[in-house]
Amino acid sequence: MLWNTLLLALRAIRRNLMRSFLTILGIVIGVAAVITMVTLGNGATKSVSDQIASMGSNLVMVVPGQRFGPGSGGAPNFKSADLEAVRNQISAAEWVAPVVSKSVTAVYQASNWATVVAGSNNDYFRAGNWELAHGRTFSETEERAGKAVCVIGATVREKLFGGQNPVGSEIRIKQFSCEVVGMLKPKGQSAMGSDQDDIVVMPLRTVQRRLSGSQDINRLSVSVRDGASIDAAKRQLTLLLRERRNIAENEEDDFRVMDTRQIAETLTGTTKILTMLLGAVAAVSLLVGGIGIMNIMLVSVTERTREIGIRLAIGALEREVLLQFLIEAVVLSSLGGLIGIALATGASMGLAGVMGVPYIFDPAINIASFLFSAAIGVIFGYFPARRAAGLNPIDALRHE
Amino acid sequence: MSDPALIRLSAVTKTYGQGPSAFQALKGIDLAIGQGEFVAIMGPSGSGKSTAMNILGCLDVPTDGSYEFQGVHVERLQRDERALLRRHFLGFVFQGFNLLARTTALENVELPLIYRGHDAGARHAAAREALRQVGLQGWEHHTPAELSGGQQQRVAIARAMVTSPLVLLADEPTGNLDTKTSREIMDLITSFNRDRGITVLMVTHEPDIAAFAGRVVRFVDGRVDSDHRQGEAA
Ligand SMILES: Nc1ncnc2c1ncn2[C@@H]1O[C@H](COP(=O)(O)OP(=O)(O)OP(=O)(O)O)[C@@H](O)[C@H]1O
Ligand SMILES: [Mg+2]
Repeated sequence: MLWNTLLLALRAIRRNLMRSFLTILGIVIGVAAVITMVTLGNGATKSVSDQIASMGSNLVMVVPGQRFGPGSGGAPNFKSADLEAVRNQISAAEWVAPVVSKSVTAVYQASNWATVVAGSNNDYFRAGNWELAHGRTFSETEERAGKAVCVIGATVREKLFGGQNPVGSEIRIKQFSCEVVGMLKPKGQSAMGSDQDDIVVMPLRTVQRRLSGSQDINRLSVSVRDGASIDAAKRQLTLLLRERRNIAENEEDDFRVMDTRQIAETLTGTTKILTMLLGAVAAVSLLVGGIGIMNIMLVSVTERTREIGIRLAIGALEREVLLQFLIEAVVLSSLGGLIGIALATGASMGLAGVMGVPYIFDPAINIASFLFSAAIGVIFGYFPARRAAGLNPIDALRHE
Repeated sequence: MSDPALIRLSAVTKTYGQGPSAFQALKGIDLAIGQGEFVAIMGPSGSGKSTAMNILGCLDVPTDGSYEFQGVHVERLQRDERALLRRHFLGFVFQGFNLLARTTALENVELPLIYRGHDAGARHAAAREALRQVGLQGWEHHTPAELSGGQQQRVAIARAMVTSPLVLLADEPTGNLDTKTSREIMDLITSFNRDRGITVLMVTHEPDIAAFAGRVVRFVDGRVDSDHRQGEAA
């Protein structure tokens, strides 16, 4: 009986090609849209959290002012004494790097490139988890004397030198030229969307003397020892800096201590909300597809009711007719669901490539949209049939 | 010939609706039909012919009275049991053909065999043979939309006959056809009755169509008004 009913269902599908096609299409579009949106959203979230992980999960940044980003809003910068205090008094700090950053244009022969100079020392590389691709970091003499040497990021290398090895060449920054002694391995985009490899690192002294013209420090990058609590380190840092900056008990901090996890949470939170939004928009299209299917099914209900009358009259049992319609509905919507999943996989892979986010297969959303599409098919394909199959065959035949 | 009766209606009534709007379409029908008979049912419009045919075809049940088919009380059967009776013993031809749309003649004729569970090979062969018998060899792969009314009714007859039913029920089988085509259809039905001994129950309005039958039952106002056997006709 099952086999014969399957045959009948397949014949009915073939017979009503247009209706079958539209049903499948409705489901394909809905399923593909939902899966693609959610998959891309997940990919974006993953790429953001990956970038944050590449910064080092144990990195704590201390910046003056309450905002994160350029400009301290009037709050004073840090002094080298602050740096020393942090180094000496925060036991959880492994590396503490001072940073002074300046926007500059770097020139090499005919090429020039707008980038950022970070004045720091070798602790900068250790705290930030940087590795060298070529050359070396700074020598102690270079750091102490503020020599015009630099280590460049992969983007700066590419813009100025193309594929060439930059080590040993001189680049010009403002009025002075500086020797490239090393090149960093690329890290990719930062969590904030900026390119981490678009950087030129120089000894702190060099930048203070030649570019910023002051002894100030813009930022402290502190890496926390393995096993030490990041929250505890942040609390200690806050207490220490409040004391050093003479902030009264009832006043707010005029600096901010942030860890990468915090940044990560803020940013992945945003992409997650975005994913949910996109998913919701796509779910609407799945629903619209479902309504389309309902329409198609309702339009054909008269014809189908008569068909059911014919089948009942020539001796089909009610349950055989129902099984046929159920199989028909399930075959169509599963087919639509599978094509939708295939299409979504292709589209997500392609778009993930274009958008530069990783492709992550999400079984839950695939299964959920598949089940949803199957449910739509069954509800709109099967339930009208159920009413018709319960009719007296004569009434079904007379249905107008 | 009519003993023991294949079909026996005893005091059958049928009432449509309930309460004040109830309408009694059959007011007590007694009718016995023997194996191999060809019975034409005639009568004015609204006299209950189709109502009686639906009961005889096990498509509907009497409100009261009894209907014995081969000694089985149909009015006591469940819905599914009546479906199985139709599947195994009855064939239907309707005025409006009632073929599945966009389905080839062959597949339409195969349909009852699928429900009977015949395998594909036997099914195809039987369906082709049935189509050949109604003169539609070569039209197997045409859909109803590509066939004339007469051809569609032939497909319907092939579908009814492919299972070699005990009884063929035809409610105004020529009602939608012209005189010449009607005659061809009647020749077919008559030959099935004569050559294969299939019992035929047919409703018609036209005396020259009824003339093909061996017995004419007249309905008037939900009752059997007259019941005549006629000599070998046509
Ligand atoms: N499903 C139904 N519900 C209510 N009344 C019905 C129903 N079917 C038939 N009737 C009524 O029963 C009576 C007999 O109908 P039936 O169809 O048996 O007549 P008929 O003899 O076949 O007529 P015709 O020659 O026009 O086909 C009619 O008055 C009709 O209105
Ligand atoms: Mg009638």
